[in-house]
Amino acid sequence: MKRNLNQTLGLILCFFISINWLFSQTKKNTCLDCHLQLEEKLASPAQAFKIDIHANYGFDCSACHGGNSEKEELEEAKDKSFKGIPSRQDIPKLCASCHSDPNIMRRYNPNIRVDQFDLYLTSHHGRAWTKGDTKVALCTDCHGAHGIQSASMPQSLTFAWNIAATCGRCHSDNNLMKNYGLPGQQEEDFRASVHAQALYEKKDLSAPTCNDCHGNHGATPPEVASVANVCRQCHPSPASLFSRSPHKAAFDEAGIAECQACHGHHRIEPPDYELLPKGKKDVCLQCHNENSRSYEEGSNLREKFMALDAQLEKVSFKIEKIAQQGIEISEARFLSQQAQSEFLEARNLIHSLSLAEIEKKIKESQAIIEKLSTLITEAEREARLRKTGLIVATLFLFLLALALWLKARQLRRKRP
Amino acid sequence: MKPWGNQNLLRNNKQETSELSLRPKKGQKFLLYLAERFSWQAIVDLAKKKTVPEHPYSFWTYFGGLCLFLFVIQVITGLLLLLYYVPSIDRAHESIIYIMGQVKFGWLIRSVHSWTANILIGVIFVHMFSTFLLKAYRPPREITWITGFFLLLIFMAFGFSGYLLPWNELSFFATRVGTDILGQIPLIGRALKSFVLGGQEISGATLSRFYWFHIAVLPCLAFLFLGIHLYLIQVQGISRPIGVKPEKIREIPFFPDFFLRDAVIWSLVLALIGVLCVFFPWEIGKKADPFAPTPLGIRPEWYFTFMFTTLKLVPSHILGLEGEKIILLIFALGGLFWMLVPFWDRKAYRDQNNPVTTAIGVAVILYISIMTLITYLFPRL
Repeated sequence: MKRNLNQTLGLILCFFISINWLFSQTKKNTCLDCHLQLEEKLASPAQAFKIDIHANYGFDCSACHGGNSEKEELEEAKDKSFKGIPSRQDIPKLCASCHSDPNIMRRYNPNIRVDQFDLYLTSHHGRAWTKGDTKVALCTDCHGAHGIQSASMPQSLTFAWNIAATCGRCHSDNNLMKNYGLPGQQEEDFRASVHAQALYEKKDLSAPTCNDCHGNHGATPPEVASVANVCRQCHPSPASLFSRSPHKAAFDEAGIAECQACHGHHRIEPPDYELLPKGKKDVCLQCHNENSRSYEEGSNLREKFMALDAQLEKVSFKIEKIAQQGIEISEARFLSQQAQSEFLEARNLIHSLSLAEIEKKIKESQAIIEKLSTLITEAEREARLRKTGLIVATLFLFLLALALWLKARQLRRKRP
Repeated sequence: MKPWGNQNLLRNNKQETSELSLRPKKGQKFLLYLAERFSWQAIVDLAKKKTVPEHPYSFWTYFGGLCLFLFVIQVITGLLLLLYYVPSIDRAHESIIYIMGQVKFGWLIRSVHSWTANILIGVIFVHMFSTFLLKAYRPPREITWITGFFLLLIFMAFGFSGYLLPWNELSFFATRVGTDILGQIPLIGRALKSFVLGGQEISGATLSRFYWFHIAVLPCLAFLFLGIHLYLIQVQGISRPIGVKPEKIREIPFFPDFFLRDAVIWSLVLALIGVLCVFFPWEIGKKADPFAPTPLGIRPEWYFTFMFTTLKLVPSHILGLEGEKIILLIFALGGLFWMLVPFWDRKAYRDQNNPVTTAIGVAVILYISIMTLITYLFPRL
């Protein structure tokens, strides 16, 4: 009994010694130990650093601030190498000291680029910083200082959903932007755009946000000549149609930015045939005369689009109504999508200004709608037939049940 | 006297016919011809003599006949579906779309098959619990009870195997959940799961196997057990409930009295199935994608949900053992205990009411009802 007790106590002792040894092997970070106990201003960076990507890779405070984070005495920790808070002028170079060195980066993330600093120097931000302007965006303004996370993490300041807010911290500040002659409503405009709708409402992470058009580290707004190239990254079809349209030469000659002239920038609204002549958002009037032949043709086209859209909406409504009655209508749904797709193609062809091609697509869409109408009529007849059949069959079965019940009752009464 | 093949009866019939009219009508001649060969007069006589007891609980005896009627519907509609259904992962779902959209009355046949399958299992449950509570299982009807219990298992297996055949998202993932549970059965679970799936995951082999079960294995078993079940009912007659005074029980002819009442219920249930099929045709669903993530709120068919929810609620470990395995063991032992009730309910054997058995029956009904309700009321449990 006593021997067993001694063995158990011995085991417990060994366990605690092992645990103590394990803890003693863990690298100390006395900076965090102290800062976490200080007032919020000094504690919050330490708190944020716990989830920082650099902390995950094993870096401690001394990597940026110098000093010796393993020493417990303040004087020893803040030794000669201690740099304190880096000045804003020094931040890009401090970050670049690792991020521009492939030998260092390869050890942690071999896929990451190492040209961010070079790109930064080509950006408006970087050029201003080179001239000594420290109000412009630096690495820490976009990535944060202590809670830096990978751009693929939803909490990151550079995650797709957060980028507009990150850029907006400076670009929505009218007082700051005034100094650079820039407007301060880009973020607000972007949030009202079709792109923001896709990004925030449909949760489509491939939808563009600020950096997709302006670049990441080499952030520069696209010039008149390059706007179309930016848009065609995602919209190659309208861009190539536009390139072969009569508008192309005219826009180039007048120095008008291609896509932006009709669709605007930042507050880019969903494409709509109301942008066409006599529409609610008529953009053609910017250049065309109201009495011109081309303006009239555009107006006719808009009316055709409106009529086709109304037809498609009517057909979709009928399909849904029939589907609710339990009729299998997947073929009609497929045809409806096909008609919608032809309609979209017709609308897209506006960029080419080729009336013949647009008319052809409209006719193709209308031909599908005709086929659909036949299918819908058949489906409606089927729905009526089912209901009529049900009423007749149910009535028959109830009458049969009644007759059988009466017969059974009659038999029961006859029995002794 | 042999029950059928009574030649005297036939001869008498012949004589009667020849005496009544020298030249029998064409129809009568044909019937006589058939009667001679099939000797059905004896069957008709038997049907005329067959009686069933009528008492205050007679209502519950109609559920057995209703099960048979619904099973016949299943056989007919199932055979018709076989004309167009293709059991392969590339074409199963497409063939269902074709049946529902293109085949004349295909929508009706499939909807009747699916709705009836569900109603049938519900009716089997009612039939089983009414038999249990009326103690109709007591000797000499213990084998009738046991075959009935196996028929419930067979029809649940019909439901489980048939659910996957349309190869839609819901059925695919529900089958995955179901077969995962199967894999948890101690000792034989892994081998059984592998046999049912035809591999480690649901694939084309699983669909082929489920199809094989559904249209070949299970129908053979169903006909075998149903044959024994019906034969025993025929031989032993319908049970009389315990405690009902003899003056309150009277014998009524099976044909036409009992049969007519059966037919009233069948007509009404058929009308109900028709209404359900027209207003709620059985959905086709989205084609199963084995690589898609499991959709939220996935659950098996309603008659498995009480087991499913119990497994969800049980702690992962009980007394150091896996919770799921313990529950499966309890279900298996509970099922065995339930099946063997004619042998342990000694009071019922002596024609005495046993309140303990009644309490167990009510508890099981409450448990199944509450668990099923929880599944539908709290889908994110």
